[in-house]
Amino acid sequence: MTPRPHHRKDLLSWAPWLTLLVLLGPILMGLLGTLAPAFGWLPALGHREFDLTPWRDLFAEAGIARSIQLSVTTGLSATLISLLLAVLICAAWQGTGLFSRIERLLPPLLSVPHAAAAFGLAFLIAPSGWIVRWFSPWATGWDIPPDVLIVQDPWGLAMIAGLVVKEVPFLLLMLLAALGQVDATRSRLVAQTLGYGRIMAWIKGVLPQIYPQIRLPVYAVLAYSMSVVDVAMILGPSTPAPLAVKVITWMNDPDLSLRLRAAAAAVLQFLLVLAALGIWKLGEFGLARLGRHWLETGGRGQRQALWSGLGLGAITLIVASLVLGLLGLALWSVAGLWVFPDALPQHVTLQSWSRYGPALGRPLVDTLIIAVTVVLLALVLTVACLETEYRHGSRPTTRSLWLLYLPLLVPQVGFLPGLQVLFVGIGVNGTLGAVILAHLIFVLPYVFLALADPYRAWDPRTGTVAASLGASANRILWRVRLPMLLTPLLVAAAVGFATSVGQYLPTLLTGGGRITTLTTEAVALASGGDRRIIGIYALLQMALPFIAFSLAIAIPACLYHRRLGMRNTL
Amino acid sequence: MLQSPALALVAFLAVLAFNTPASASPDPADWDAVLTEARGQRVYWHAWGGDARVNDFIAWVGRETRARYGVDLRQVKVSDTAEAVSQVLGEKGAGRDTGGAVDLIWINGENFATLKQNKLLFGPWAQQLPNWRYVDVGGKPTVLEDFTLATEGYEAPWIMAQLVFYHDSRRLPEPPLSMPALLAWARAHPGRFAYPQPPDFLGTTFLKQALYGLLEDPSVLLKPVSQDAFDTLSRPLWDFLEQLTPLLWRSGQAYPNNGARLRQLMADGEIDLALSFNPGEVSTSIATFELPDSVRTYVLSGGTIGNSSFVAIPYNANAIAGSMVVANFLLSAEAQARQQNPRIWGSPSVLAIDRLPAAERRWFDQLPSAAASLSAEQLGVPLPEPHPQWTERLEQHWQQSYGVSR
Repeated sequence: MTPRPHHRKDLLSWAPWLTLLVLLGPILMGLLGTLAPAFGWLPALGHREFDLTPWRDLFAEAGIARSIQLSVTTGLSATLISLLLAVLICAAWQGTGLFSRIERLLPPLLSVPHAAAAFGLAFLIAPSGWIVRWFSPWATGWDIPPDVLIVQDPWGLAMIAGLVVKEVPFLLLMLLAALGQVDATRSRLVAQTLGYGRIMAWIKGVLPQIYPQIRLPVYAVLAYSMSVVDVAMILGPSTPAPLAVKVITWMNDPDLSLRLRAAAAAVLQFLLVLAALGIWKLGEFGLARLGRHWLETGGRGQRQALWSGLGLGAITLIVASLVLGLLGLALWSVAGLWVFPDALPQHVTLQSWSRYGPALGRPLVDTLIIAVTVVLLALVLTVACLETEYRHGSRPTTRSLWLLYLPLLVPQVGFLPGLQVLFVGIGVNGTLGAVILAHLIFVLPYVFLALADPYRAWDPRTGTVAASLGASANRILWRVRLPMLLTPLLVAAAVGFATSVGQYLPTLLTGGGRITTLTTEAVALASGGDRRIIGIYALLQMALPFIAFSLAIAIPACLYHRRLGMRNTL
Repeated sequence: MLQSPALALVAFLAVLAFNTPASASPDPADWDAVLTEARGQRVYWHAWGGDARVNDFIAWVGRETRARYGVDLRQVKVSDTAEAVSQVLGEKGAGRDTGGAVDLIWINGENFATLKQNKLLFGPWAQQLPNWRYVDVGGKPTVLEDFTLATEGYEAPWIMAQLVFYHDSRRLPEPPLSMPALLAWARAHPGRFAYPQPPDFLGTTFLKQALYGLLEDPSVLLKPVSQDAFDTLSRPLWDFLEQLTPLLWRSGQAYPNNGARLRQLMADGEIDLALSFNPGEVSTSIATFELPDSVRTYVLSGGTIGNSSFVAIPYNANAIAGSMVVANFLLSAEAQARQQNPRIWGSPSVLAIDRLPAAERRWFDQLPSAAASLSAEQLGVPLPEPHPQWTERLEQHWQQSYGVSR
């Protein structure tokens, strides 16, 4: 062992490699674990020969073409509609008082779990739902609900709506983050002085600058919408169901040989997502060419009021359906008997809370332990990566950003079962450590994305001044940079915390059932179908991220309330 | 002479090592040894967690086994038994043949058949349990035959289940008692009946029940069936569904995904007639305000399909002795009477109550009754589950004909 001092790097420079290993290692191992059974290799069941039977079975399934088509159409439409609405809302209202009110609403809206939002929406719009109940029977004359197909419609419209109400707030948040990078307000003002209408000025002057920055989040929305399971099971069609639901159904079938077909379907799902991303990319390309021409013709924009009204209507509708849906579930959690057409429960009782409340202690503690550990790990890795990048002056390439997004682009059902087998193999399945590692895969990208821009936007001259006063690089990091970035650090932590709290499949599969969180308990109990339980868990699942987001805003405000310059770091 | 104690230690460890395999497979015939080994063990019971009453019952079982036998029972609440099967399968795939995460599974039917056929179960053990002697082997043959597959002691029964129909007596005072009557009623009241979408267990059971009600000779259901024979024999069912489907809730364009969703449709007033595989479900749902108190349970004339639910121990379970102690306690008169209590859970017992010693029978004599539950006489003798081949072909044909809306 000869020391080789010239090869000794400081610990920090290993951070990017460690981060990549944490992100990509499990995904690649998991994908292999899915790819093998898709081609007939599953030794645990005695399948030891590679063949194409799973694929033949998959394509012989009745209605599989419709399942595939639904996956693509619902995913693409939900993404397109969400993006258009988010852009319209930004274009029409950015910089107004209304917009800052929407901004303040975003954290609580983002805290609503997808499944809870879907349950809430289902109760709102069903023929026996809350809206019909308000008007029945006095206005409609209905003593029993009409037999109309609204939820679970064969085109997936209800499902698209359920996705849009959750994705618009997410894209708005991403747009807001991107707006900080470009001088949006002045770009718009310049365009407006040239005679463009407010919306047209934003779309022609600002959007082309910021779309590249929200491109990856949009892709994540597309991948998520195509492979979502819980929302599809609550609001989506079932004759047939979208492909992702099929994967889970086959995976859970008592007939174990269907797992091969499930694996093939999971691989197909992954390929579909890739294809849809390709289509989207082509669309971007085409739109960019057409758009250039459209920009050059110099149309100043018409029907300004109509479009503004449309944007306002959209955001109102989204906020209203999320809030009313949650309100409905909250009411259910204290409801006694509540039958159609009563607009309110016949009586209110705390029976459900006292019944389920005490059992929540343990899952709550585990949820917190996992989320806090994961967030700390993610923050350490992220800061280490960003600091390395800063000190060594290397800029991230698009390729490495893609890698970061990989966990969000690969459908969870495609690699988690494979990962489970791996964890079982090395004997860590069912431990807190395994769950924490699995959560880290999904939390790290969000934390990184939330922190990267503010971190890179930090003025390096501050560091130069500190260095000229004799501070070491580490001292600058701890005493100057991190305190100045406290707000973005806390916001990133809150985003990561919310992500961890919401994880279902990763917790279930790597926890081996021994580690229970609020979310796994919620899903197990919700399989009993009682809206009262769903209401209780939806409120709790929402409360945790909400507290985290509130703390992220309150702590810096408290610490820095006498330092004007520190209050504007976000 | 420092080496000799070390040598002795090595020899001692070697003896230990050779002795351990015996204790790795506890023999239920030597019950005292099982009890000794079980003390201090922690048993992870993977059981469906969708019903708070069941969860409460299992929590009670845990308190009792801890106090009486020092067995620490933990329920792992799963949303589907297949999750536990996946776990065992994953462990098998990873070569983890001991110390597995699953000690006990609430299981029956297809899940049992797959685990047994893939040699993923420990056993046989169930019929050597001390409390096995009171199990109603004669009156409830399903405790020995799980979906026509002989259990052979690889799983121990703990509750009886039977298909029941339920209706809101205010909107539908006189429910249809046979499949033809159901069709006639649906003609007069379109859109007011639904069944869960096969391959959901309850949905498939409805198809099997319809076969029982439509076939001239239902005894063919108990035997394996070729595709050709199936196509001929099952024709009355598809004729029946051809007429029923347009009269279903949402005209058969959408189906509830499971029994829980079906119950919600009843609570929301979207349907007037529904079905369940737990005869006590309606009573307990009335108590939790999930259903109005006007809902009543009944069985079709000619009887309905019934089966037993079991507990099984995976081949690589960590606490085999503890799991057997829990399974044995589940078969005690006290536990069986508690689960049959309609105010607690309302699932019928697997024991031959009349054969119990008087002191044990007392537990059952004290049970209260509930308006929406049926007595053993009203439930009648359950019809046996058809052969698994029928299930498979039914699900396949249904998916082709009705799984893609037209």
